[in-house]
Amino acid sequence: MCGIRSSCVLFHVKFRIIIYQIFNNFMENKVNIIIDGKQYEAAKGKTVLDVARENGVYIPTLCYHARTGKAGKCRACLVEIEGVRGLKESCAMEVREGMVIKSNSEKITEVRKMIVELHLSNGEHNCIACEKNGHCELQDMAYHLGIERPHYAVESHTMELDCSSEGIIRDPNKCIQCGRCIKGCNHNVMHEVLDFGWRSGHMKVICDDDVPMGESTCVQCGECVQLCPVGALTFKNAKGKGPYWELKKDKVICTYCGVGCSVDVYTKDNKYIYSLGTEENWENQTNKGMLCVKGRFGFDFLNREDRLKTPLIRKNGKLEEATWDEAFDLVVTKLGDIKAKHGKGSIGFFTSARISNEENYAVMRFARGVIGTNNIDHCARL
Amino acid sequence: MTNSMQEADKSNVIFIIGTNTTWNHPVFGGMIKKAVKEKGVKLIVADPRSIGLAKLADIHIKQNPGSDTALLMGLQHIIIKNGWENKEFIKERTEGWDEYVKSLEFYTPEKVEELTGISKEQIFETAKLYATSGRGAIFYAMGITQHTHGVDNVMSCSNLQMILGNFGLEGTGVNPLRGQNNVQGACDMGGLPNVFTAYQPVINEDARKKFAEAWGKKLEDMDDKVGQTITGMVDNAGDSIKAVYIVGENPMMSDPDLHHAKEQFEKLDFIVVQDIFLTETAQVADVVLPAAAFAEKYGTFTNTERRVQFSNMALNPPKGVKHDHEIIAELAKRMGCNDFPDTVEALYAEIRKLSPSYAGISYERIKKGPGLRWPCPTEEHPGTPVLHSGKFSRGLGLLKAITYRPPAEYANAEYSMVLTTGRMLQHYHTGSMTRRSKVLDGIVSSGMIEINIEDAQKLNIVNGEKVKVSSRRGAIEITALVTNKIKKGIVFIPFHFAETAANVLTNNALDPVAKIPEYKVCACKVEKIS
Ligand code: SF4
Ligand code: FES
Repeated sequence: MCGIRSSCVLFHVKFRIIIYQIFNNFMENKVNIIIDGKQYEAAKGKTVLDVARENGVYIPTLCYHARTGKAGKCRACLVEIEGVRGLKESCAMEVREGMVIKSNSEKITEVRKMIVELHLSNGEHNCIACEKNGHCELQDMAYHLGIERPHYAVESHTMELDCSSEGIIRDPNKCIQCGRCIKGCNHNVMHEVLDFGWRSGHMKVICDDDVPMGESTCVQCGECVQLCPVGALTFKNAKGKGPYWELKKDKVICTYCGVGCSVDVYTKDNKYIYSLGTEENWENQTNKGMLCVKGRFGFDFLNREDRLKTPLIRKNGKLEEATWDEAFDLVVTKLGDIKAKHGKGSIGFFTSARISNEENYAVMRFARGVIGTNNIDHCARL
Repeated sequence: MTNSMQEADKSNVIFIIGTNTTWNHPVFGGMIKKAVKEKGVKLIVADPRSIGLAKLADIHIKQNPGSDTALLMGLQHIIIKNGWENKEFIKERTEGWDEYVKSLEFYTPEKVEELTGISKEQIFETAKLYATSGRGAIFYAMGITQHTHGVDNVMSCSNLQMILGNFGLEGTGVNPLRGQNNVQGACDMGGLPNVFTAYQPVINEDARKKFAEAWGKKLEDMDDKVGQTITGMVDNAGDSIKAVYIVGENPMMSDPDLHHAKEQFEKLDFIVVQDIFLTETAQVADVVLPAAAFAEKYGTFTNTERRVQFSNMALNPPKGVKHDHEIIAELAKRMGCNDFPDTVEALYAEIRKLSPSYAGISYERIKKGPGLRWPCPTEEHPGTPVLHSGKFSRGLGLLKAITYRPPAEYANAEYSMVLTTGRMLQHYHTGSMTRRSKVLDGIVSSGMIEINIEDAQKLNIVNGEKVKVSSRRGAIEITALVTNKIKKGIVFIPFHFAETAANVLTNNALDPVAKIPEYKVCACKVEKIS
């Protein structure tokens, strides 16, 4: 009697906990799903792909990009879902409570292989000197599937490169028509230049009414290059400057306008190579991963040979090279003399809207605390 | 900005005045476009030029340059006449109503039509759309401030927002778009003649005491008077000002009247310029100190929405070059100040200690993430994307009575056209960086003057022809870009190009309060060079 009672109680408690969990999940908009035999808690509204990625499960994608969203075009991301017929695009499939998913199976591998082989045989995907070598999403897929060369031989005609733009090279032979660049151009940066043109076998990405990029309304913000999964769109100024894996990446804040875009700059051997808008946590970044032509292409002044590299002092009317010691001494003596003769108010400081807060503070503290003047301003007004 | 850029799609209507956003703040320009095209946000553009955003505007009005106050106050006149104002907000959160309403009497639709060149009907439509669509945000830039009546313009904007209750909510506010990446930060850090960091006034003894203590100085050694502005220092060169120390600025290109600037600089006993290139200003210096560029240093920058962001050091500075703060610290030391902070960290620690709005923004919090918007008083505080919710910082918001003042310089028979200046998409400020960029210089390598087709025909000028442009102060030769994108009687020149420097022509008349020169309006004459 007692035993039955207690097991009843136990049952009740367990039952309550489960109900509580489901209720809780429901309230917090959480669901439980299983991928490849492992259980994961996931936020409602996320796609199977999102959850897989968050948990380090590899599912390849070509047409999907976090900043352009699901496209459901390339089928690279197919998965099996228990109780659902056929394979499903994980980039477009939202998670549901109790979903059981297989991210890898023979069937899936078959399809993926076919997709990659078709792409490989259809264009000119020669990786050796490609700018995208090492971070190409098609190459990645082929690598994971162990495809060295395509099986099919499809007759494809070689198209001309479009090098007409100052900053961007377009190689239509490498394009896999995922549409990411078009979405980015029309829905992220809103420049509305790119679109698909022509039909079937001749379909390609075009600028305006199919004019060369350099003659089109393109403003060269480079969003399309940043979104391209393969080497169809690349930066001219980065060509041959070093393969991806040799570059160092650092997050900086753009030095131009007050938007303050977050930029990942890629450098090698202490030289600036190119810029990407910060993808990490892009939704919360000021610029949501985007850049304008200045942030994209305007940083190469850093590499200029005509940068000032040594102090200069005016001697007999001409600026001549000097050592730091000489320069410091002269400044200290001159400022000291002028202060002694004409008072601290005879010295003025122009600080800068381009240097950091810390440096501005240093100039401010120097003017007010060391020289003792409030004559300090910057070109906010100019 | 009282609000943040990400809120563009939270507005019901956006009012753009005096900003060519898709050129000068391109990424934000895209966000506005998206809000309008994909989220159904209404758009009003007031600009004499057909700027990029004008194409998708519900209403594009082309006011005469220099007539913004009249336009803005005229809108308020109509709003109040029609009872579209937010009475509750006005009652609870503002003061100064009586005088303000009285000053509106001047701005009748007829008067405003005469001053702005916009028809009464269009002004009415604009007022109606803006006042009756729900939450409205105003965005402006130098087109509003670079006038002899710039402060009036700004006040007119905040009046408009106050009577509509457009404060303290997402998608509202008065939002100046700052032109340079750290203008906000330079102001926050006390790079102004009247305030220490976080806008603590130098004329306030408590503030002076606080800083004197922090810096180990005697109170009586602190300057207790407001200092001189840049324009003041240039004007007083040789008189009260004998030496200037210039960090990363190029006044010999950016000053409103370059001939005048050159003359004035010659009168100085000593000029130090600390910069990355031998700029026009460095060329006239007595000592030039080579400094590291952005990306060669780390530290914080504050964007136009008060977001304090951390920027990393991606490159080492070229050999022989020092960081700006190193140079300053070394000078301080040589001048006998032994405890001057000599690391970025030490400087930032002082900033946090002395500036309440930055106190909670530690490096740890912003190093990985997308930054924090001040005020952020404690390390637990989430930052403040929207200012003035519930209360203005001064308590009640002041509705300002505003008397109309025309631009300082009129067009007349000789100088019959109006020149306005600004930036281009591809270039930045005085061009010292962008003109050294291969791609940017490749796209646009020289300046040109935008002139209306009809004006060009009258002067017998064709597109691409070199013309002479002169004002009372100087003359330049420049290529003509004949276009219908600019209103008749007005010409536009970008100011990035030294060989066709717009600022040879512009007027250095100042706003009496803000001391901002009138770059946006001056009278000029365009002539054919035969
Ligand atoms: S990338 Fe363009 S929009 Fe962004 S901060 Fe730089 S200049 Fe401004
Ligand atoms: S990535 Fe899912 S269909 Fe292309």
